[in-house]
Amino acid sequence: MWLYLRENYYQITAMFLFGIGLSALLLDRNLVKKLIGLNICNSGIYLFLAAQGYIRGGAVPIVADGVQLYINPVPTGLILTGIVISVSVTAFALALVVRLYKRYQTLDIDELSKLVVKEGM
Amino acid sequence: MNLFSLSAWRHRLLRYYPLVALSLTVGITALLLVTLAALPPLGEVGNPSHNLVSLKYIEDGLGDTGALNIVAGMILDYRAFDTFGEACVLFTATCAIIILLRSDTPDAYDTMLHQMEEPHTNIILQSVSFLLVGIMLVFGCYVIANGHLSPGGGFSGGSILGAALILYVNSYGIRRASHFINFTIYRRLVSFSLLFYAAFKGYSFFMGANHLPSGIPLGKPGDLLSAGLILPLNIAVGCVVAGTVYAIYVLFSQGEMR
Repeated sequence: MWLYLRENYYQITAMFLFGIGLSALLLDRNLVKKLIGLNICNSGIYLFLAAQGYIRGGAVPIVADGVQLYINPVPTGLILTGIVISVSVTAFALALVVRLYKRYQTLDIDELSKLVVKEGM
Repeated sequence: MNLFSLSAWRHRLLRYYPLVALSLTVGITALLLVTLAALPPLGEVGNPSHNLVSLKYIEDGLGDTGALNIVAGMILDYRAFDTFGEACVLFTATCAIIILLRSDTPDAYDTMLHQMEEPHTNIILQSVSFLLVGIMLVFGCYVIANGHLSPGGGFSGGSILGAALILYVNSYGIRRASHFINFTIYRRLVSFSLLFYAAFKGYSFFMGANHLPSGIPLGKPGDLLSAGLILPLNIAVGCVVAGTVYAIYVLFSQGEMR
């Protein structure tokens, strides 16, 4: 089972990136840093997908004469989708953060929840 | 009963939140690494992820779509519905940001933004962007127009165009930029591009056809005017992306788009 773990270092890096992003997402109290953590998670996922699509010795999936082997184009398209969605989600979440900061003058999630409780929502 | 009411036991539980979060993170990472151990080695031809789907795209892509760039042929022809959804997501995100950042009564944050609005005359920035913005715009158009021949396409080219516009705004100010791109132009550009996309691909969406000849001849592979609908669709996607990138920047820096 552990046979290929030493060869799959791209995937291992991707998983560690995901873990780092997740820890920032869960542990940091600053909302903007949480979003940065989310984006690090996304980078890990893109790296994993790109590594899954790679074929050793394969060329870029652009048709050229004399090329026998191309890399897998499907993960490339999936990463494109992922990047677009991540940009949209990040922008939307940052707009929400701006809105919260305007109202409560803080980015700290603990202080925010205290202020919300004080307001009696 | 509200969501945030912190009773005493909840306070006590919250003290352990970092510990729980850390163990959750470590646990998930360890689980993922264990899963990785079951994966086949990197880059082998026989891996299960390189199945019939990718072979079909690689072998028939050029003949079906006429695009040298297999990824462009895949995302704008076989899976055009997916790309249409992405463009719509960008548009919807911009709409949501416009709604969220709109403020009826200007507050301290808005006055801060308005003080930052016009850049001081910065001769270095202005000279550099005078040289760069034109080149960036041309390069962005090149990337969009050659999306079916070389790496690139609507998304990457649109991002380059948006970056050029952002550089222009930063060096010359929003007032000069609004002569050629403002809210009205953005709205028309993006809506027209999305409607164009929907009009030319909507038939195959509703008919459930995987690949539908558009009636436009595919042309000789490798020519600029080839690959049927992919070039116009790339231009439409590029317009949407460039407008969205620029609009998101302006919305966050100005609070609204005029």
